[in-house]
Amino acid sequence: MDILQILLSESFWAASLRIATPLIFGVLGALICEKSGVLNLGIEGIFVAGAMTGWLAVWLGAGLWGGVLVAALAGGFFGLIHAVLTVPLGLSQHVSGLGVTLFATSVSYFSYRTALPTVTSPPRIEPFRPLDMPFLSDLPFFGPVLFQQTALTWLALFMVGLVWYVLNRTALGIAIKAVGDNPNSIDAQGLSVYALRTGAVVAGSALMALGGAFLTMSAFDAFFFGMVNGRGWVCIALVIFASWRPGKALLGALLFGAFDALQVRLQTEVGALVPSQVFLAAPYVLSIFALVIAARSADYPRALLTPWFKGQR
Amino acid sequence: MLLERKMGRRLMLAAAASIGLVASVGIAAAEKTKVAAIYTLPVEQQWISRIHKALNTAAERGDIDYTFSENVANTDYERVMREYAEQGQQLIIGEVFGLERAARKVAKDYTDTAFLMGSSFGPVGPNFSVFDNWIHEPSYLTGMVAGSMTETNVIGMIGGYAIPEVNRLMHAFMDGARDVNPDVKFIVNFIDSWYDPPKAKESAFAMIDAGADIMYAERFGVSDAAVERGVKAIGNVIDTAGDYPGTILASAIWHMEATVDKAVAHVSGGSFEAADYGQYSFMAFGGGSMVLDESLVPADVASAVKAREVEILDGLFRVNVNDARPSSDN
Repeated sequence: MDILQILLSESFWAASLRIATPLIFGVLGALICEKSGVLNLGIEGIFVAGAMTGWLAVWLGAGLWGGVLVAALAGGFFGLIHAVLTVPLGLSQHVSGLGVTLFATSVSYFSYRTALPTVTSPPRIEPFRPLDMPFLSDLPFFGPVLFQQTALTWLALFMVGLVWYVLNRTALGIAIKAVGDNPNSIDAQGLSVYALRTGAVVAGSALMALGGAFLTMSAFDAFFFGMVNGRGWVCIALVIFASWRPGKALLGALLFGAFDALQVRLQTEVGALVPSQVFLAAPYVLSIFALVIAARSADYPRALLTPWFKGQR
Repeated sequence: MLLERKMGRRLMLAAAASIGLVASVGIAAAEKTKVAAIYTLPVEQQWISRIHKALNTAAERGDIDYTFSENVANTDYERVMREYAEQGQQLIIGEVFGLERAARKVAKDYTDTAFLMGSSFGPVGPNFSVFDNWIHEPSYLTGMVAGSMTETNVIGMIGGYAIPEVNRLMHAFMDGARDVNPDVKFIVNFIDSWYDPPKAKESAFAMIDAGADIMYAERFGVSDAAVERGVKAIGNVIDTAGDYPGTILASAIWHMEATVDKAVAHVSGGSFEAADYGQYSFMAFGGGSMVLDESLVPADVASAVKAREVEILDGLFRVNVNDARPSSDN
């Protein structure tokens, strides 16, 4: 099998979309936060929290969609902590975000141990199964790639459209973008900068948590410490690559997923010639490369990282 | 403050009560060896779970007082070692693959404490002993099962990191498969993580797409992919046959009990010395074993494997040790 054959295979594209799914949730979440002017480095920890709480809820009998809801709420909760620290209190977004990551990760591990003190191997849940759509799933190429994914992948794709619609076609979206570009203009309109930013961070964090939940409820069926493995950080880079646009966010996540799916297949093909670390590093190296090109023309929200205080101009 | 003081008094009462209890029970309880374990990953992880199990068994038997820290970062490991040594733990068990030199330095500072550490290198006097999961013998046997049963003659192998203890078992497995089936080809991947099941699963999917019909499951996630695609898998270190019914042909299992019991006996007897405990993971010491699923493995294959098992136990067959990084056949 040469590279061309790999690139044309259904299983490669199906794998790319699978690997991209948690990143799609993560990038969209980070995008909403940053559009409102708040960088959320809590993302890695929020992934862990979403992965743990969603899975635990299902294990305790909440049902799969109940688990998704619990994960989103947990993400929203940690987002609220970040929002309170950075929006009304105006603390450093970097420091607060990293703090949230450490806190959310530790609390998740701690809760896992407290809930399951004596397990020897992690208990498994019945995860989301690939959908089987009549007719569509049997289509050549598109069937396996698109229509045999799990419901969460579809939710991620739907969210791309929803986030695009809200940001570009609704008054709320215009307000979110304005508060990230020029919060004074929002204040002059009589709208609350604090409420808009807090809301955006909470909503974005809830989306991030779904990325984590995908790992334990769809990609796998159990929770492990450390299984998020840097996926959150990748999203932070992908947002810049996407230049804060939902469509390009999807493209960036897919590109990263494709690189990752390609590297496992190449490792299998020519693993004897090139050390595996080269392949494992490839998606990250290529992301950096793509970032360098894309970031030159990136359209930063102009008030990103800038706290705003009522009554101060 | 008040609460703290109250707690303090309660603790004192409890302590007084337990001293009385110990006195009445006699010296038997006082003779328990104090053992602390330090793990860099959670206790669910396959390799660590075997050590944890052996120590729990010893604790339940009343041989030791067992305490542990899990998920300790390599950068923090030295501090935890020192803390346990300062506390007066008699035997400290753990894994120093990420801090070989630093850990030996700590041991030198606490010569009254016995250290038994998973390590790629040798023991250092007077108190630093090493062990590892030397289950290359059962791995060889599971390789025979896989080599006999593959129909596509392609076997996929996914490992965490290419370190000696992983490579060694992979090579033993490959030797076993090649000895019964010279045509078998291997595809080998490393995911450079101990604990990323979704990634291991994706790697396994890629191998199954490339024609592998038996997967060597060194990591969590591989057997899951095998179940979803309807291929077979070979287990490693722990027995997961119950979790993946109809999928696990055979498993090479590690039993840490032999190693732990030996070390505890030496510590309590005052005869602990720096030594390589690796051999206690060999089959002859009960440190390694092979299970195979008789309902999945044909009888002639099973009997050939059993015959080789007897030869190993009798010392008539020696499985080669090769720590080099394995790679795919092209």
